[in-house]
Amino acid sequence: MPNVTLAEATRLAVLQEMRRDPRIWVLGEDVARGGLFGQYRGFLEEFGERRIVSTPISESTIMGAGLGAALVGTRPIIEMRIFDFVMCAMDELVNQIAKIRYMFGGQARPAVVVRMPHGIWRNSAAQHSQMLEGWFAHLPGVIVCCPSTPADAAATMVAAIRSDDPVLVFDPKNLWGATGDIADDIAPLEFGRARHARHGDALTMVSWSACMPLAEEAADALAAQGISVDLLDLRTLAPWDADAVLASARRTGRLLVAHEAVTTAGFGAEIVAHVAERVAVRATRVGFPSVPIPFSPPLEAALRVDAAKIVSAARGLLAT
Amino acid sequence: MATNSARLLALLGMMQRIRAFEETAMAGHAAGEVPGPLHPSIGQEAVAAGVCANLRIDDRLTSNHRGHGHALAKGADAARMMLELYGRAGGSCGGKGGSMHIADFSVGMLGANGVVSGGIPIAVGAAQGLQMLGSDAIVCCMFGDGAINRGPFLEGLNWAALYRLPVLFVCEDNGVAAFTATASVTAGAGVAARAESLGVPATSVDGNDAAAVDAATAALVGAVRAGSGPRLLHARTYRLTGHTSTDAAGWRAADEVAAARDNDPITRLEAVLRAEGVAQATLDALRADALREMAALRATAHVAPWPDAATAFADVIGENA
Repeated sequence: MPNVTLAEATRLAVLQEMRRDPRIWVLGEDVARGGLFGQYRGFLEEFGERRIVSTPISESTIMGAGLGAALVGTRPIIEMRIFDFVMCAMDELVNQIAKIRYMFGGQARPAVVVRMPHGIWRNSAAQHSQMLEGWFAHLPGVIVCCPSTPADAAATMVAAIRSDDPVLVFDPKNLWGATGDIADDIAPLEFGRARHARHGDALTMVSWSACMPLAEEAADALAAQGISVDLLDLRTLAPWDADAVLASARRTGRLLVAHEAVTTAGFGAEIVAHVAERVAVRATRVGFPSVPIPFSPPLEAALRVDAAKIVSAARGLLAT
Repeated sequence: MATNSARLLALLGMMQRIRAFEETAMAGHAAGEVPGPLHPSIGQEAVAAGVCANLRIDDRLTSNHRGHGHALAKGADAARMMLELYGRAGGSCGGKGGSMHIADFSVGMLGANGVVSGGIPIAVGAAQGLQMLGSDAIVCCMFGDGAINRGPFLEGLNWAALYRLPVLFVCEDNGVAAFTATASVTAGAGVAARAESLGVPATSVDGNDAAAVDAATAALVGAVRAGSGPRLLHARTYRLTGHTSTDAAGWRAADEVAAARDNDPITRLEAVLRAEGVAQATLDALRADALREMAALRATAHVAPWPDAATAFADVIGENA
């Protein structure tokens, strides 16, 4: 299917899977009216209210009920509305879903998908803009997905739904309208395999989610200045494609990680540390400062990552 | 023997097994054999036995941190449970869960839980899944009185009533939330009133009267299985031991504990059975059999092999090597 938005790509992916498997269902606030972003538009009419369940604003129980339903053999898609609300369901996600298979000695495989649209979008301020994907990459027992293109978002949804493990999908809110082609028959993404977005040899650049188009813009700007960037879109953070990053960093000797999230203890720190333990490399990170996300547009713009900040960091890295 | 006496004898047998299991495990803990914390339910056995006697094996159960009795009464294998408490190979969870995380999916026991009220959302979701799959199995959700002050209690009961889910909520009310009297930290009229306010019909029962728990549960399970929506059973009981096996509970008033000992659900049920003509020797044999069974399980568990170290990496994510 040519030229679909990322939101529509995920809608088509979930539609494909729900038509294939009657055990798949969706629960979350406002999903029966199509979801906050239209990602479930038309689902109620096709699948009915048993499979498209609009719920109370009860995040703990949205998350925990999804788990319980998975334990009896259904395959729920747990919609968190926006990522920030998962803080109201952390016990159910962190203490229950992520651990239940392990602490019960493998008796249960909690096959749930947790969708958490995240990131800075339309000046939504501190409680509706966060990128805390690094928290969840820190958590054993879950798969963490941060796609950035319509094709990858669709393939991520298919893989997440078919996985027997709990899969956290961070839909990039700021890229809902990004367009691209997707396959008519959407195949599952392979978790832990990066996408090679640009090929180059001066600098390895790693990014994901809504920061990825900024990294591409920066890479193109650097290319225009004669600096060729090897750019990887990680797509999944747990597992993450360390082999691809290591291989690239060995060639370039320079590593830049750019993410929308706060730099301090962000997932970029893990990438840099992992690479530095194995490869002689000079590295830097570009991210948000350790500040809650402000509302006012110029305040927000001053702090968030943009292509110019990435270019500047890259040039600084190359100067060392 | 009358049918009723036979049923009550079976309840007593289960209650004696639960008590013997926990007394034995506590002895093992005191001897340094059982690692980690143990939360005994001694004194509360009539609730576990009376409720679970009305569940089918394909009915599901969620439990809490004080859940040995619930698991045993649901049919979990006592030998594997004892191995789990000892952290040994062959335990219910391969030694990865311990006392607070015993689960036995083969008998519908979806797990104890280390977080107060943690089982409530899971229970309503399991019920929603069963409803979706067209099953007539129900879910029994056991929690303590401390759980009613957590958000998932409010959310979960609202949810179950809203979707008319087949859930029997059981509040096993021992009157104390860890070390604090629940009444001293709970506003309003308590769990039954809260349930009713959310559209979940509630029944209160003397949780130390095994026959009463059994009868009340039978009626509620019938309604839940018939599709009438969720029900709540409020069973008042008393925790004869401390919060954990290392808490001697000396902080409680002596007269309160003495009165509770007189109200022990096991001695009460024995008195009922004696009045129905059951011989004392029959009653004594149940206790002796249970102690013998659990002593043998302790002896086995104490010398059982530890889990293979490689299993520490299994069952995290993906397929096991």
